[in-house]
Amino acid sequence: MTIPQNLRYTKEHEWISVDGDVATVGITAFAAEALGDVVFVELPEVGSEVGAGTPCGEIESTKSVSEIYAPVDGEITEVNQAVIDTPESVNSDPYEQGWLFKVRVESMPELMDAAAYSALTQEG
Amino acid sequence: MKTPLHDVHSGLGASFTDFAGWDMPVRYSSDLAEHRAVREASGLFDLSHMGEIELTGPQAAEALDHALSGKLSAVAVGRARYTMMCNEQGGVVDDLVVYRLAEEHYLVVANAGNAAEVSAELVRRAGGFDTVVSDRSAETALIAVQGPTSAAIVGAVSDADLSALKYFASVPATVGGREVLLARTGYTGEDGFELFVADADATAVWQVLTEAGAGHGLVPCGLACRDTLRLEAGMPLYGHELSADGSPFAANLGRVVRFDKEGDFVGRTVLEKQPEPEVVLVGLAGSGRRAPRHGYRVLQGDEEVGEITSGALSPTLGHPIAMAYVPVRCSEPGTGLSADIRGRLEPVEVVALPFYQRR
Repeated sequence: MTIPQNLRYTKEHEWISVDGDVATVGITAFAAEALGDVVFVELPEVGSEVGAGTPCGEIESTKSVSEIYAPVDGEITEVNQAVIDTPESVNSDPYEQGWLFKVRVESMPELMDAAAYSALTQEG
Repeated sequence: MKTPLHDVHSGLGASFTDFAGWDMPVRYSSDLAEHRAVREASGLFDLSHMGEIELTGPQAAEALDHALSGKLSAVAVGRARYTMMCNEQGGVVDDLVVYRLAEEHYLVVANAGNAAEVSAELVRRAGGFDTVVSDRSAETALIAVQGPTSAAIVGAVSDADLSALKYFASVPATVGGREVLLARTGYTGEDGFELFVADADATAVWQVLTEAGAGHGLVPCGLACRDTLRLEAGMPLYGHELSADGSPFAANLGRVVRFDKEGDFVGRTVLEKQPEPEVVLVGLAGSGRRAPRHGYRVLQGDEEVGEITSGALSPTLGHPIAMAYVPVRCSEPGTGLSADIRGRLEPVEVVALPFYQRR
């Protein structure tokens, strides 16, 4: 499973792409694979404040349900309506069409690079 | 533990999960695609983790009548019966399928998580009878072909006359030249077959079925879709709908407790005196896409009335479905209840089981 080099990662298996002060957030292919077919995604409301490491949504597969964590402190600026309508894009294209939400970053904790995240997924 | 097909699954790119100590395929590609394949074409399952225990001898039938809730002595040779093993308190040790292979020869199929206990209990309970109990689990593999095209697939590679093989019947046969016990049983709500084979023949039989299934939409299927398939079919799963302190009557399984058979059987005294159950297993249907899951609370208004035993977004129906134990007064189809889905109450309605029935 390839792990894009240009992204940052959390131990909750989310990826973050930073453009200026806005971060785009999704879950990794590793997480999507572990969940199985995603059938429902619930995302935070645009305008809401989220805190790093705290739950802000849900992602549900036929088998299980997981929380979505905010990877940074900030304000939600946009959510991916397409992923709400077609949750399977989380499985088919987790790093592009399957993005979940954008957040204006107020405070950024330390995040993993691709090598560190790759090591995390190898730990089993 | 690994089944004899473990390498085959790895080669197919399966994801694995632990199930009762077994490293089992949970999915090969997509749970939903595998689920759909079983409803519309066919799926191929490795169920070798399940337990197979044989009883042979002049009193095998009497021993099973004593050990289990059903009247196994009344099962005709070649037929099978869904039944249960109960404990002295009337709780369910396991739910079982028992095949009568010959006048003095039965095969008991137990859930993986209960196989060791069922085997030990059968030895103990058969103690006073002229029968030999042999646990064949370690040398027996079980492969299932389930779905509307399963008869075409199995028919192409076996010497059995499938038109004469009824549902819940079995026949010794060969598949690709290997000896199998071919049973028309399953846990998916579809027509289907289960093939008991020697461990050493499992890979060959799997390959023969895979090749025969190529033109019939057969795909390998993992345990994830097995669970959603059985849930849609309203079939109980041990540890969810059934347990050692749960009553068979509450689980709507009174029909498999046979008080009309002669003699004592384990649990009889308690089960006969058991009052009408206060709670019963019901089906629940929701709207939207958030599914109630095992352990979630069920409410009527503000009052907590029960607990979800299994639930999922039904791949076939497209809405959430669940089973739950609720008081009899809340069990009428059409009753409006709610499920506490991680802190938010979602409306659900009691519906008749099964949720899905093949045409």
